[in-house]
Amino acid sequence: MRHIISLLMDNEAGALSRVAGLFSARAFNIESLTVAPTEDPDVSRMTVVTNGSDAIVEQIMKQLNKLIDVIKVVDLNDTRHIERELMLIKVSTKKAARDEVRCLVDIFRGRIIDVTENTYTVEMTGTCDKLDAFIEALDHDLILEVVRSGVSGISRGDKPIQS
Amino acid sequence: MAKNKEILRGADIFCRALKDEGVKHLFGYPGGAVLHIYDALYKQDAVEHILVRHEQGATHAADGYARATGKPGVVLVTSGPGATNAVTGIATAYLDSIPLVVFTGQVPRAMIGNDAFQEVDSIGITRPCVKHNFLVKDVKDLATTIKKAFYIATSGRPGPVVVDIPKDVTADSCEYEYPKTVVMPSYKPVLKGHPGQIKKAADLILAAKKPMIYSGGGVILGESSKELREFTKLLGYPITNTLMGLGAYKATDKQFVGMLGMHGTYEANMAMHQCDVLIAIGVRFDDRVTGDLEKFCPNAKIIHIDVDPSSIAKNVPVDVPIVGDVKHVLKDLIGLLKADIKNLDKKVIKPWWKQIDEWRAIDCLKFDRTTDVIKPQYVIEKLWELTKGDAYVTSDVGQHQMWAAQFYKFDKPRRWINSGGLGTMGFGIPAAMGVKMAFPDETVACISGEASLVMCIQELSTCLQYNTGIKILSLNNRYMGMVRQWQEFFYDKRYSHSYMEALPDFVKMAESYGHVGMRIEKTSDVEGAIKEALALKDRTVLMDFVTDQTENVYPMIGAGKGHHEMHLSTDIKRELA
Ligand SMILES: Cc1ncc(C[n+]2csc(CCOP(=O)(O)OP(=O)(O)O)c2C)c(N)n1
Repeated sequence: MRHIISLLMDNEAGALSRVAGLFSARAFNIESLTVAPTEDPDVSRMTVVTNGSDAIVEQIMKQLNKLIDVIKVVDLNDTRHIERELMLIKVSTKKAARDEVRCLVDIFRGRIIDVTENTYTVEMTGTCDKLDAFIEALDHDLILEVVRSGVSGISRGDKPIQS
Repeated sequence: MAKNKEILRGADIFCRALKDEGVKHLFGYPGGAVLHIYDALYKQDAVEHILVRHEQGATHAADGYARATGKPGVVLVTSGPGATNAVTGIATAYLDSIPLVVFTGQVPRAMIGNDAFQEVDSIGITRPCVKHNFLVKDVKDLATTIKKAFYIATSGRPGPVVVDIPKDVTADSCEYEYPKTVVMPSYKPVLKGHPGQIKKAADLILAAKKPMIYSGGGVILGESSKELREFTKLLGYPITNTLMGLGAYKATDKQFVGMLGMHGTYEANMAMHQCDVLIAIGVRFDDRVTGDLEKFCPNAKIIHIDVDPSSIAKNVPVDVPIVGDVKHVLKDLIGLLKADIKNLDKKVIKPWWKQIDEWRAIDCLKFDRTTDVIKPQYVIEKLWELTKGDAYVTSDVGQHQMWAAQFYKFDKPRRWINSGGLGTMGFGIPAAMGVKMAFPDETVACISGEASLVMCIQELSTCLQYNTGIKILSLNNRYMGMVRQWQEFFYDKRYSHSYMEALPDFVKMAESYGHVGMRIEKTSDVEGAIKEALALKDRTVLMDFVTDQTENVYPMIGAGKGHHEMHLSTDIKRELA
C-alpha cells in the first residue's frame, strides 16, 4: 500500500542523505521525497511517499525513528490528512488548438504561468492522482517537459506535528 | 562574570576531552591530517596511545577492549586511507552493536570536496555502518561533539560513532569546557518497558508447558546477566544463548542447553522448534539463528524484549513485544513473577525437560577421541580445562570460531569475543590485544585458523611493543575450513580456492616478530603445549596445531532448513539408525 510519511529532522548537512541512504540500503521503496526547512530554521520537514506491506512500512517507520537526526516520524495514513503536489508542465501548442489546452487547464484548476508562440507553461497543484489525470488528459505528443515537486502532506484538524 | 575558561587549540581540546571523558586507551595510527593531534598527544600522559600496525587492527583492538570492559573503545586514524582501512572494523562493531568512537582526520575545511591529497568522504563512506557520524566544522563544536559521540555510542542500543575532524579545526583555538551532559531532543533511548506488556508476558510465561528462553548479545551489552540468571533460575526453564550471548548464562549450568542456530546443539534447536512459549531477550532473530523463517518456532507464542524497536518484528512476528532496556524489563518481570510464582506448577514442565534430556543424550558434539591426528574440538576443550573456563577468548571466523563457541563453556559474560554479525576474518589477534590491554593480568586466548590468522598478523608487532602477552591457538587444517565444509556439502566436493597453499612457517613467523612459536602435530602433545604456553605468562605465543583436515562442524542447519532439520555427524547418524 502507498503510505505518506512525514518527518521532522535536524536541519543538518547530511541529514537528507541519511534518510535517502537508509531507503536504498534497506531496499525500501521511495516514490517521492520532498524536504525544506520549517518555521524553525533548525528543523526540516520531509515528506516521503513509499510503498510496502504493513510489515515493511512498520520497519521503515522504526528505522527512520532510529536515525539520530530524526526528531519525529508520522505515518499520515494513520490520520486524516491532506496531500498536495506541485507540477510545472510545458505543453506544445503548435499542433493543438491553444483553446483546447486552456480549457483543460481550467477544468483542472491550473494556471498558465508562461506563454510563448508555441508553448504554454502550466502550474498545477493537487493530489498525485489529479496531476496524473491531467497528464493523461493531454495528448501525449504535446507534453514537452514535466516537473513535479513530489508530495507534501499535512494532517487535518487542530493538532500540528511538532518537535 | 563567569570565570575565565581556558583557551585551547583543537588538538589539545581533543586530548583534554578524551581525558575528561575518562578514556585511558586510544588505538591509533598517525598521518598528515592528524599530526596536530599527535603532537598534542605527545605532550600529555592522561591517555595512553597504542600504536597499531594497520587501522583495521586499531578498530578491532578497540572493539575487543569494548566487548571485554563494557566501556567504549576509542580509535584515531588519519584521513583517506586511514579512514578506509578502519571501515571494516567499524562495520564489525556496527553489526554487533559495540560502542566505539572513531576519530578520523580530514583535509582542511577549505579543501573538502577538491579531491585533495588523502581526501575521502569519510562521513559518506561510514554512514551505512555507524550509529551516527559527525563532521566537526568549527573548533567551538569540538568538545560538545565528542561528548555527544560518546553518549550516542554507549546509550540505548550501542554502536560505533565516527567523528571526522578537518586538520585546520585542530589548529584553531577556542575556550574549552567539557559538557557534563548533552541534551539531544531527537535522541532519547527508552529504558522502561510498558507495564501492561510486561504483565502480559508474565502471564504467558507462567502458563507455558514447553517454554524456551532464547537470549543474546543484548543481555551482555545491557549488563543484565545477573537478572537473566535470576529470571531463569526462578522459572526453572531451559535456556539457549546465541553466538553473541554466550556467557550471559552459565554454560555449565544444567538449565543451559547450549548455543542455538546454524551450528547450535541438537537439544537447543529441537527445543526451539517444539516450544510453546519463546522468551526472546536481547536478540535480533538473525538468519544464522532462525534458519528458514517459514519453519521457525511453528507452535510458539513469542515474547520479545529489546531496547531497539526496529529489532522487534523485523524478521519474525511477535505476540508480546516489549521495548525497553533489558535490565529494567527483566527486573520488572522478575518482580511480577515473584508475586505470582506460587501459581507456577513446576511439574507441568517435567515432560518437557524429559524430552530435552533425551535430545541431549544424543551428544551431538561428540567427536573421535581415539586418533592421534589432532581434533580441533579437543584443543579447545583442553584450553577450557587448563584455563578453568576463566580466560578471555577471542576468535576469528570459520570452523574454529564455531568450535570455540561449542567447546569453550563460558560461564561469565564478556569473556567470549568474536565477530558474529559481520564475520570478519582478522578480528581475533587485534581483539585479543585490546582485551589484554584492558586486563593485563588475565589470560587472553585467540582461537584462529591459518587463513584468518594472517589477515591481521601485523599486530604481532604491536603485541611486542606493548608487551601484550596473548596466546594464539591456530587450528591449522590447511583449508579455509568453513568454505571447504560448504563445498563438501553443497558443491559436490569441488574445493574451489579453499586450499591454503604456500603457508608460511608459523613458528619462524612468531619468532621473527619476537614471540614464541610452537608447532603441535599429535593429540598427545596438545595438553603439554597449552600448559607451556600459559606458563609463559607475559609472552605472546603462537601455537600452530596441525589438525584433522576434513573435520566438519556439526550439527549444521543448511540453507532453507528449519531448526529440526540438522545435519548430524556421520557417527551420530549411524548410532541413531
Ligand atoms: C574478511 C573475510 N573474508 C572472507 C570471509 C569468508 N570466510 C568465512 S570462513 C572462511 C575460512 C576461514 O578459514 P580459517 O581461518 O582457516 O578457519 P577454519 O574455517 O579453517 O577454521 C572464509 C574465507 C570472511 N568471513 N571474512
